[in-house]
Amino acid sequence: MLLLSIDWIFIVEKVVLILVIILSSFGVAAYATWGERKVAAIMQDRIGPARAGIFGLLQPLADGGKLFFKEEIVPDRSTRTLFILGPGLFMVTALMTSAVIPWGPDFSITIGGVERTVALQVADINIGILYVFGVVSLGIYGVMLGGWSSNNKFSLLSAIRAASQTISYELAMGLSLIAVLMVAQTLSLRDIVQQQHGFWSDGYFTWNFFKQPVAFLVFLICSFAELNRAPFDMPECESELNMGYHQEYSSMKLGMYLFAEYINMFISSAVLATVFFGGYNFPWMDQVAAAVTGGLFSIICVTVLMLKVVGFILFFMFVRWTLPRFRYDQLLNLGWKGLIPVALINLVITGGVILFFFNK
Amino acid sequence: MTLGEKIYLPAIAKGLKITLGHIFKKKATVSYPEVTRPFSPVFRGLHVLNRDEQGREKCTACGLCALACPAEAITMEAAERKKGEEHLYREEKYAARYEINMLRCIFCGYCEEACPKDAIYLSETVMPSNYTRDYFIYKKQDMLITDEQMKKRAEKGKG
Repeated sequence: MLLLSIDWIFIVEKVVLILVIILSSFGVAAYATWGERKVAAIMQDRIGPARAGIFGLLQPLADGGKLFFKEEIVPDRSTRTLFILGPGLFMVTALMTSAVIPWGPDFSITIGGVERTVALQVADINIGILYVFGVVSLGIYGVMLGGWSSNNKFSLLSAIRAASQTISYELAMGLSLIAVLMVAQTLSLRDIVQQQHGFWSDGYFTWNFFKQPVAFLVFLICSFAELNRAPFDMPECESELNMGYHQEYSSMKLGMYLFAEYINMFISSAVLATVFFGGYNFPWMDQVAAAVTGGLFSIICVTVLMLKVVGFILFFMFVRWTLPRFRYDQLLNLGWKGLIPVALINLVITGGVILFFFNK
Repeated sequence: MTLGEKIYLPAIAKGLKITLGHIFKKKATVSYPEVTRPFSPVFRGLHVLNRDEQGREKCTACGLCALACPAEAITMEAAERKKGEEHLYREEKYAARYEINMLRCIFCGYCEEACPKDAIYLSETVMPSNYTRDYFIYKKQDMLITDEQMKKRAEKGKG
């Protein structure tokens, strides 16, 4: 009977965590669309959505409702299965990345007289960062399948652009992260966050941003490209490709694409915050931890991480409404001839510094 | 290009600074139905046929406005005032039919200038839109100043 002794509470705990994370990703993504409109409005001296609810806060609901009532169109000569699969795949990959992100420190809870340690992370796998990379690369399949199966030349062109852009920038992104991994000596996101405990220790900042500023910069620029956001929103530049890969999509299938993009932005911000900005760590966290109970401390930590994430999302929007779009050749030039060399040089310097100064 | 221009980042920072500055700028939006922008005092809008203090129509159907109209938008028919209608019309002759085709009208205001009786003037409202052409042929009843407008004007101190 030992084989059957499944830890049911563990499963329930993980299911609840997954549900909370997915639902909150939806919530954040929905309000990111609202935020995007507000940010755009503020940049352009307008007031933005203001009619649906106070400050237009019900705008995401109105948008979603509108999309649900639109007509579903599947083009006559599209590849039907793939056409329908495309948005779903994009959405699934967007949500999958959130599994390895540590949202907060562990806390103890007593269920039925047994004290349990609950980790605020769905899966602590020892190759967390590789997993993130793998899933992010898969994400492009949603765009490619959607663009190709629409049987529309513009969609196909945009899908090809998206694919080559993602592949190009993934290289620079990976190279910039290797430098961070050399400092951290681990691939597990949980360990990376724990290494960045607090804010200041042994006479230097603990956050990876201060140890690897160049890597951060390269990673940030690459995440713009990976997210297909301005100034690198090649796949959907309306001046050349009408609407890009989701040209033939309508109704909630289009909604899924748009929505998944915002979820991607949320997850990407979370990865940025986790790897470079200390995740849920914040200055004087030890003093705070001593002052409050474990559960409350976890809530504070999650809030801190969320604040960082929202900051990054705002930055993404802020950049989008400031910069014009790059031309396609400029984009690839910047990726291959600019960011990859910078990342490589950073890698070599990091290696040298570790070898000569920290080699104990 | 110099190195500073090649790495883009200083220029990007400059751009971000500009957009950041716009956060604190005054918003240009007017929330229209609740807030309306004030019209200029010389704004020429929809026509109003005036009445005097006792509520009698001022128009005598002299036809000067129709003559002055460059777009030939005004049509009228005159009629004689009968006994017992003195409270309706100020003078012996009045306009039985007075129509302005608002699709032809160019809102130049010449009719207002031509009128010797101060009977027609171009008010401060804009013309509402509609799907049918018939709607835009405004009859006398559509343009005649209402009691409400009269009262408002009296309160404002004879504008």
